[in-house]
Amino acid sequence: MPLLIYCLAFVAGFAIMSIELLGGRVLAPYFGSSIYVWGSIITVFMASLALGYLAGGRYSLRSPSLARLGAIFLGSALLLYPLVYYAEPAMLWIFQRIEDPRYGSLAASCLLFVLPTVVLGMISPYSVRLLVKTTEESGNVAGRLYFVSTLGSALGTLGTSFYFVLWFEINSILTLLTGALALAGATALAAARMRQ
Amino acid sequence: MDEGMAEASGARRHRHRVAALAKAEAKGKAAGHGAGRRFGRVFLGAACLLAGLLAGAGPASAEIIYRERSMYQNILLTQTGTRICLQFSLREERHNQSCIDQRRPKKMVFTYTRMMTAALLLNPAPRRALIAGLGGGTLPSALAELFPKASIDVVEIDPAVAEVAERFFGFAQTDRLRVQIQDARVFVKRALEQGERYDLIMLDAFTGDYIPEHLMTREFLNEARSLLTEDGILAANTFAASRLYDHESATYRDVFGPFFNLRMPRSSNRVILASRQPLPSQEQLQARADALEARLRPFAVRIQSYPPRLSTKIDWNPEARLLTDQYSPANLLKGR
Repeated sequence: MPLLIYCLAFVAGFAIMSIELLGGRVLAPYFGSSIYVWGSIITVFMASLALGYLAGGRYSLRSPSLARLGAIFLGSALLLYPLVYYAEPAMLWIFQRIEDPRYGSLAASCLLFVLPTVVLGMISPYSVRLLVKTTEESGNVAGRLYFVSTLGSALGTLGTSFYFVLWFEINSILTLLTGALALAGATALAAARMRQ
Repeated sequence: MDEGMAEASGARRHRHRVAALAKAEAKGKAAGHGAGRRFGRVFLGAACLLAGLLAGAGPASAEIIYRERSMYQNILLTQTGTRICLQFSLREERHNQSCIDQRRPKKMVFTYTRMMTAALLLNPAPRRALIAGLGGGTLPSALAELFPKASIDVVEIDPAVAEVAERFFGFAQTDRLRVQIQDARVFVKRALEQGERYDLIMLDAFTGDYIPEHLMTREFLNEARSLLTEDGILAANTFAASRLYDHESATYRDVFGPFFNLRMPRSSNRVILASRQPLPSQEQLQARADALEARLRPFAVRIQSYPPRLSTKIDWNPEARLLTDQYSPANLLKGR
């Protein structure tokens, strides 16, 4: 089981940074590529992850299980996928209401990315809870988990900016990421059922 | 932003450029360079100026007179004799973005800047123009002088570029020539929403090193096209080589139908001229060129040489994937 959880954390890390990078592309047609657009995106992702860590830790207090970790993954997929359809109208709606592109891009980042990113942020602390057996190994487990998920983030960044945008449309990449997260969730649920 | 920049925003626009240059040297001092280099720099700068003034600008070596890291790029100004050039790179090298000859400040030093004036062959008397990308301000200044009654909006993303244009290139804003510090895509979308229209749009926002990918897509070109008046013209200064040429050309063709490509020997740029109307005939173009020739000569533009070079030939792969907001890896394609 530990191996599976590390793999799941890798997928989550990969998805987070891939989505963040695509965020710049998604916002550019409405808010440009000025430095504050990236500022908005990074701010929203950091704040959302911070909230996610808090929420994931809290959620791990009550009967933690692999099945619930799987449910978190399915939840993130469910929250990510609608971007494919509602990102355009949402940005247009904001563009028509907020003239300053700084606050426009901040509002759009919030509307589009807060929910999936908060849920993705829950995965790391929840995984630590599932992996840790003794106090002595807790630091080691946490270190290994951050290693795996941050490595995933690094590769998600590289893969997206070097290759994916050259091969696929943004919405195709978002759909693939949704599929990867859903598959990760389903795998966790299946593994949990098999262990019972 | 450093103190020199703040200081530069004062009302120093109309002073003589040599005075501005001296100020730049003083600024170099204030920024704390080594004393020896500082002296050498002032001395060399003065020597260059003198050489330029006396000997008629012989091929002296380029001297760096200003350097700044802005939010978006490295800004480098070099001087060779009486010629000041703006580059967007750290080291002194290739890709000059804009140059000015202090003895003939009107003269357009670059082939591509001159090529952009070919837009006047399709619309000889613009009343309202939008220029994306300020650079040294050569093109907007020339348009403002050629068409004193026209209203010209310039959109520039980098405030530091606007400062440099005013400080070193004698660029001056007026009631009819305004610079907005904004992303061009946002400006166009907002202008469209507010029902504005332009009869000339010039896209000059690409540096050699980085392309704003959201200014190359079908969606953006459609927005720009919608922002044109019925007889409006869009001119784009862009790349003549790499795989990007195919993708960009196919995208323009998709949005505008047939368009003119203007290429010159020994230039790695090409200028796209696109219109909402059917393109004029060779005779019409030549007649307009004849009428404009004398007015453009002070800017070192030989507009009569352009009509035969305007081509509608599809010299790209028509199957190339269109650039869209969903798919626009322009910077990756350019490297191929």
